[in-house]
Amino acid sequence: MAYGPKIIDHYENPRNVGSFGTQAEIKQRKDVGVGLVGAPECGDVMQLQIKVDPATGKIADAKFKTFGCGSAIASSSLATEWLKGKSIDEAEAIKNTAIVEELALPPVKIHCSVLAEDAIHAAIEDYKKKNGIPTDAPTATAKH
Amino acid sequence: MSTTPRLPIYLDHAATTPCDPRVVEAMLPYFTTKFGNPGSRNHQFGWDAEAGVETARAQVASLLNCDEKEVIFTGGATEGNNLAIRGAALMYEKNAAGSGLSRGHIITCNIEHKAVLDPCKRLQKEGFEVIFLEPPRDGIVTVDMVKAAMREDTILVTIMWANNEIGTINEIKKIGELCKSRDVIFHTDATQWVGKMPTDVYGDNIDLLSFSGHKIYGPKGVGGLFVRRKKPRVRLTPLVDGGGQERGFRSGTLNVTGIVGLGKACEIAQQEMAADAVRLSRMRKRLEDTITSRLDTCAINGHREQRLPHITNISFGFVEGESLMMAIKEIACSSGSACTSASLEPSYVLKGIGVGDDLAHSSLRLSLGRWTTEEEIDYTAEKIIAAVNKLRALSPLYDMHKEGIDLSKVEWAHH
Repeated sequence: MAYGPKIIDHYENPRNVGSFGTQAEIKQRKDVGVGLVGAPECGDVMQLQIKVDPATGKIADAKFKTFGCGSAIASSSLATEWLKGKSIDEAEAIKNTAIVEELALPPVKIHCSVLAEDAIHAAIEDYKKKNGIPTDAPTATAKH
Repeated sequence: MSTTPRLPIYLDHAATTPCDPRVVEAMLPYFTTKFGNPGSRNHQFGWDAEAGVETARAQVASLLNCDEKEVIFTGGATEGNNLAIRGAALMYEKNAAGSGLSRGHIITCNIEHKAVLDPCKRLQKEGFEVIFLEPPRDGIVTVDMVKAAMREDTILVTIMWANNEIGTINEIKKIGELCKSRDVIFHTDATQWVGKMPTDVYGDNIDLLSFSGHKIYGPKGVGGLFVRRKKPRVRLTPLVDGGGQERGFRSGTLNVTGIVGLGKACEIAQQEMAADAVRLSRMRKRLEDTITSRLDTCAINGHREQRLPHITNISFGFVEGESLMMAIKEIACSSGSACTSASLEPSYVLKGIGVGDDLAHSSLRLSLGRWTTEEEIDYTAEKIIAAVNKLRALSPLYDMHKEGIDLSKVEWAHH
């Protein structure tokens, strides 16, 4: 697949790779919201984490790990860059189309941006749940 | 890594091979001075071309250990497979089309090349009954599997000699004996085998064998089909009618340059394949040992011993195929996944032998060739190890695996 320079850059130098702890640890952390979306047999799994500063209510840090193609890695890497410094409401407004535009994703890879948007919503929802904040959005991690 | 070899590195010889310069040399006069049509029986140009074709026929026959009259030149292995399978089915059918009765029973296998599967599926639609054997995890089709599938009305068995994706070698000699004892026509797609390993169509009881030029350092667009002439004399319904060339099996002016090249490639293969096999098998071991000793959760697909010396197929857990290919873009090889579209399609061969979708996606087929060097092998091993490590550092699945989470128990959000 011929990719544009921005996808290649994020793939070769992914930003904010990592986790704020083991699976068990991040489950306990109230300041961290985790979104895990996709499935291994579909070829994409994204794990996006946000760390919220309780004083400001803003996203102080974000991390990701992705199993997937170059576009999936680039989409989630870009998402972490965009999330940092945003309020929860601002973060919720991030649209997959913006990711498509910024990375110049080819049409067959648009699902990667959708997955990244799903991951953002899932992480925010997890954070809200942990902190007793009511959520109005339907759950992003639908269980089939 | 001592030295960096010239990049990119070609490790996709099971897809195609470069033409051997000796082959090109042999072909050249037939483009310019000896350009005649071998069908022109009354002048020097025709005689020269015919002499070139007949030399090639002898070279092919020598490699296969058959008579020259039993070699038919084709446009490649796909055509050879179609002519053999369809041609035999139509010739030996038990009941005519439209009779409402089964036209005959055909045995093949679900991990054959598409050039065998698709002609069989077409015959199935046209009233033949086809059974697609399912080999176990080692990928080997055994004589017992074929025997169990045999029926009174079986007319044709078509089983590949060696698999193109995993390199495994089927029990061809024994299957040949079985077919002979039951008077059933036996065809083998030997595209990956011929020119790499010794072939003896008579000793191995083969009735029909197809192969290709470009897999054995010959040109593309030419291949050979062995059609047995005695015990039994195999007949085929031709697919292409016309001038009656190739004993009527394949009409059309002969591809003289290609045929001359194929012949030369066969001659070289006969002289060099034994030494090549030893060298390639040693290099493949070096590649596999380096990778498997330094990466966990990777598996070599197919039987470990009963396979061709130059092909390896390795699955890497917790990394995705396309990103793996991206990370080793200096290495030309094949992936177990055709993921150029949104819908990922894992290799049907790997799925066929029971490799899970997740591992089938993240598989590489590396196939070595006549000019592969140890430097290239070492560079490739290091590159693959670095790529897998890099992608695992990015992979949430690898973290979960390390933390002891059973990935099959996780409730994934399917799309």
